[in-house]
Amino acid sequence: MSAPVHIRAVEKTFEGAKRASTRILNEVTLTAPAGQITTILGESGCGKTTLLRIVAGLESATGGSVHIGERDVTSVHPSRRGVAMVFQNYGLYPAKTVGKNIEFPLKMAGVPIAQRHTRSLAAARLLHIDHVMDRLPAQLSGGQRQRVGIARALARDPEILLMDEPLSNLDAQLRIEMRAELVAMQRRIGSTMLYVTHDQTEAMTMSDRVVVMRGGHIEQQGTPEEVFRVPETTYVAAFLGNMNLAPAPASETGAGAGITLGVRPEHFLPADRVAAEPGDLRIEGRVEFAELLGTDRILHLRAGNTLWRARVDAALPLHEEITMVARAANLHRFDTESGVRVAA
Amino acid sequence: MRVLGQIVRHLLLALGGVYMLAPIILMLASAFTPTADILAGRYLAHPTLENFQTVAQQVPLGTYYLNSLIVCLATFALQLLVCVPAAFAMARLRYRGRNITVWLLGLLILIPFQVLAIPIYLIFRQVGLINTLPALILPFVGSAFAIFLLRQFFLALPGSMFDAATLDGAGTLATLIQIVIPASRPALLSLGVFTITSAWNAYFWPSFVLSDSSSATIPFGVVQFINSDAVTAYGPQMAMATLSVLPLLIAFLFAQRQFIRGLALAGQAG
Repeated sequence: MSAPVHIRAVEKTFEGAKRASTRILNEVTLTAPAGQITTILGESGCGKTTLLRIVAGLESATGGSVHIGERDVTSVHPSRRGVAMVFQNYGLYPAKTVGKNIEFPLKMAGVPIAQRHTRSLAAARLLHIDHVMDRLPAQLSGGQRQRVGIARALARDPEILLMDEPLSNLDAQLRIEMRAELVAMQRRIGSTMLYVTHDQTEAMTMSDRVVVMRGGHIEQQGTPEEVFRVPETTYVAAFLGNMNLAPAPASETGAGAGITLGVRPEHFLPADRVAAEPGDLRIEGRVEFAELLGTDRILHLRAGNTLWRARVDAALPLHEEITMVARAANLHRFDTESGVRVAA
Repeated sequence: MRVLGQIVRHLLLALGGVYMLAPIILMLASAFTPTADILAGRYLAHPTLENFQTVAQQVPLGTYYLNSLIVCLATFALQLLVCVPAAFAMARLRYRGRNITVWLLGLLILIPFQVLAIPIYLIFRQVGLINTLPALILPFVGSAFAIFLLRQFFLALPGSMFDAATLDGAGTLATLIQIVIPASRPALLSLGVFTITSAWNAYFWPSFVLSDSSSATIPFGVVQFINSDAVTAYGPQMAMATLSVLPLLIAFLFAQRQFIRGLALAGQAG
């Protein structure tokens, strides 16, 4: 059972002191398709959490509407929207056992006690916490606590599952495991998931759709592949995959003034292994710094005023001067002033 | 040099300990010594329970204890009924004029009870509450300090817990009773210790509104006993004093941790 979420022209302004109002969200429109994971990605303060809270009904929008399926839920009480939410710092009830935490939404909904037990146990099994049902949240590890938070959200069979940076408080290793587990869980239950994160790796690995937000508006949305391969703006290019961005040399672009050139570090190839073709970018640089990542090495190449990052095989012999080539097909061009992509 | 510093430090601490404990030891020793021996300085030369017998014969101890118990428990129970919802509203609900209420609360904490005592006394006399138990209870039910303390605790509870409760379909009352109160047990216990010890030990206000022993609490009874014909009967006086602190001492032994936290609050309250 799942439904799409339509967010239509949602606006949010906060009335601050002295009548100064701050605009948090500016005409945000997006659709989270039914049964899929849609990630809202952005830096802190970009409005992504506010947007999620508006979908949940914990905040009211200043303008616009939220629809779940065919239903306009803009002014429906949070508990009657068919949404459940998982919080960054878990939001568990400290005085209730794990079992009672998971059961609580069912109890409030007036579900008979026997049914409550079976449903909460089923949710706990799905998250592998059915052996800690009698413990208090304080007696659990961070990972287990978040599992309780997720189980509690699942217990109600929500149409929409909202996740607000659910993995941010966990250790790096656990985060990687939980990432895969969350996706597997979502595939099993098939509910629509809106997932807020500032972590581009989470967004890339988990999502069916990525929505990149910046300063209260949507910068770009699409599948992870689309957003990564064809970034619409320099912001998205730098945020996802850390693209090199530099003023285009006049010789490479002809009328280069006002154009920013973008190259992903992994798209640089050593010039002695490939022959440069017309249209390719050729960089003759001095190695300022090299970071070994294991199988790869990131070279920081100084060429004129620009510092390029190139990701090369760690086995590549290091010289002080290195020439790199990037294929024409892998070059991205953006308008320097607006940051918007320019058609090649 | 370091050893010397250690010795000096410990000596000072020991001196402080003696200073604090000496009156209590003197009280306990005197309670078991005949008055004649006390006057002669021969503490515990002939240990006796006679002083306690004298007190039991002359003082309506049962009434005092019962009154104290009723006052303590009723004050705390009514305080919970009034202060918990008030603190919750000030911490978590949005209503017009919230800032003003919080501000007024702060102001109220700054006003010492002694300033309010006379107006309250006049009101109570008007409505005929003088010399009754409710007179000892009612002024402390709407405690600004209790509201402030609980509000601070409620503010420190994670916001996501309240968000979760809203999404789970818990209304204000269900959130308060089923989630906030169970989660606030440490704060409520500390408040309980603070309220009950201060109600048990209260003398200032009872001395205002009580005139005879029918509604008297223990401290009032102690002073009455000392002021009666027993002015120089030090032995029975100390026995009475011992009996007055005994229940709190026993409670302290059972719930030391709560007590220390609650008494630390008393220190903050001034």
